[in-house]
Amino acid sequence: MAELSVTGIDAFYGDFQALFGVSLNVAAGEVVAVIGANGAGKSTLLKSIAGLIAPRAGTIAFHNEAIGGMAAHAVVRRGIALVPEGRRLFPSLSVEENLLIGGQLGRPGPWNLARVYTLFPVLAERKAAPSQSLSGGQQQMVAIGRALMSNPLLLLCDEISLGLAPIVVRDIYARLPMVSGEGTSLIIVEQDIVQALAAARRVYCLQEGRVALSGEAATLTREAISAAYFGV
Amino acid sequence: MEWLNIILQGVLVGGLYAMFATGLALIFGVMRLVNIAHGDLIVLASYVALVATQTLNVNPLVSLIVVVPLMAAFGYALQRLVLNRTLGPDLLPPLLVTFGLSVIIQNGLLELFTADSRKLQAGAIETNSIHLFGGLAVGTLPLIQFAVAVAVIAGLQALFYRTAFGRAFRATSDDPEVARLVGIDNRHVFGLAMALSLAVVAIAGVFLAVRANFDPSIGPARLIFGFEAVIMGGLGSMWGMLAGGIILGVAQAIGAQIDPGWQLLAGHIVFLIVLAIRPEGLFPKVQG
Repeated sequence: MAELSVTGIDAFYGDFQALFGVSLNVAAGEVVAVIGANGAGKSTLLKSIAGLIAPRAGTIAFHNEAIGGMAAHAVVRRGIALVPEGRRLFPSLSVEENLLIGGQLGRPGPWNLARVYTLFPVLAERKAAPSQSLSGGQQQMVAIGRALMSNPLLLLCDEISLGLAPIVVRDIYARLPMVSGEGTSLIIVEQDIVQALAAARRVYCLQEGRVALSGEAATLTREAISAAYFGV
Repeated sequence: MEWLNIILQGVLVGGLYAMFATGLALIFGVMRLVNIAHGDLIVLASYVALVATQTLNVNPLVSLIVVVPLMAAFGYALQRLVLNRTLGPDLLPPLLVTFGLSVIIQNGLLELFTADSRKLQAGAIETNSIHLFGGLAVGTLPLIQFAVAVAVIAGLQALFYRTAFGRAFRATSDDPEVARLVGIDNRHVFGLAMALSLAVVAIAGVFLAVRANFDPSIGPARLIFGFEAVIMGGLGSMWGMLAGGIILGVAQAIGAQIDPGWQLLAGHIVFLIVLAIRPEGLFPKVQG
């Protein structure tokens, strides 16, 4: 049974339409990648699921409850957390405060401060530091940890490799199985196709706001993916 | 010794200015709302205290028990029902709406209470004073007022930097969109921030009304004092409000001593100097 089913959503920024009838399903515990070029609508899709954008058409159902157009603070309460693009830590909060605020709803589950520090040990050493003083990779760890603190059933990761050195990206991706190992479903949005295909079981490729290709990561050919990615 | 006395009086008045500033800074800090009606809300609180002291027949300082929750509730409702609708990427709509609110409050008070000057009577503490060393004396009331200002600022500082509640305020201030993603309902947080702001306004309004005469037209000048203290103090710490308030109070006291006509001018001049030398204020906010 699908944990999340997005059916035919249209999303807009003002008059500009960013998504055209996009559908996507995620089963409980599944890792799904959404790839696509810049401006393909990947972030818009995640923002629509997280409640930051209300789709004008189509439905979003999470555990059989309609959440399309629900406010973001109510969506996170139901167990969907977004790691936003560009990390967006709270600059006036310390590392630990950024994590604590992620857990302020008190949703029960496997994740707490100690578990996040086990996942990312370097954060425990820097917990009192201002969040902006950390390296990009460490800041990304805080952003992921902040989202995990809400004990999500579904974690949405928006371009967690953005602006990071390849070795740091590999390090962060190496820890994602620990997250999905807790039964958490993941949607990973990436421009880095290799990284996305390695991490996910199924892939959706967006092109100019439409799903151009979807299927099992193992069965998709490179040619099919590049055709869907670039539209050539 | 005479100058020391003048500076001391200026410091004590600075506590009142710090309270004007705190409410203003709090809502600007949390929701980027420049509240042009802030001064008029202070005067509104003075009138609420006037009605409370007359109907309940209590000392103005005791009336705070009624005035503070009333103003806080009014603040929450005002934010949720009116001001939240004006917030967005554009700073102008809240500016215009609070400007309108300022006009409405002034004229409403004028209709209800006329333009007559009023004053609240707090009894003997108004005239009592405490003698310090070498002929230096401070009035009991200004001392209480300053102590309350310090307590309010210390309380808010602790609330903002030591509690989960304050963490939510700071997070919303940093990035309202991401604050929603961690489950914070911005509209409610903004309502609470305005409630807190008007609770401080209530305290300031009562002390203002005990200290001197007030009438419906004096709000805008209090707004200017509040603004100047905020800008001199910076938005990084509540203690900045106290520093800004004290600088303004001392400048006005010294100006008044040189020439009574210079009281306000001296305050504005010192404000301009601080603005020129340190535009980010004494306690600047951490930038993201």
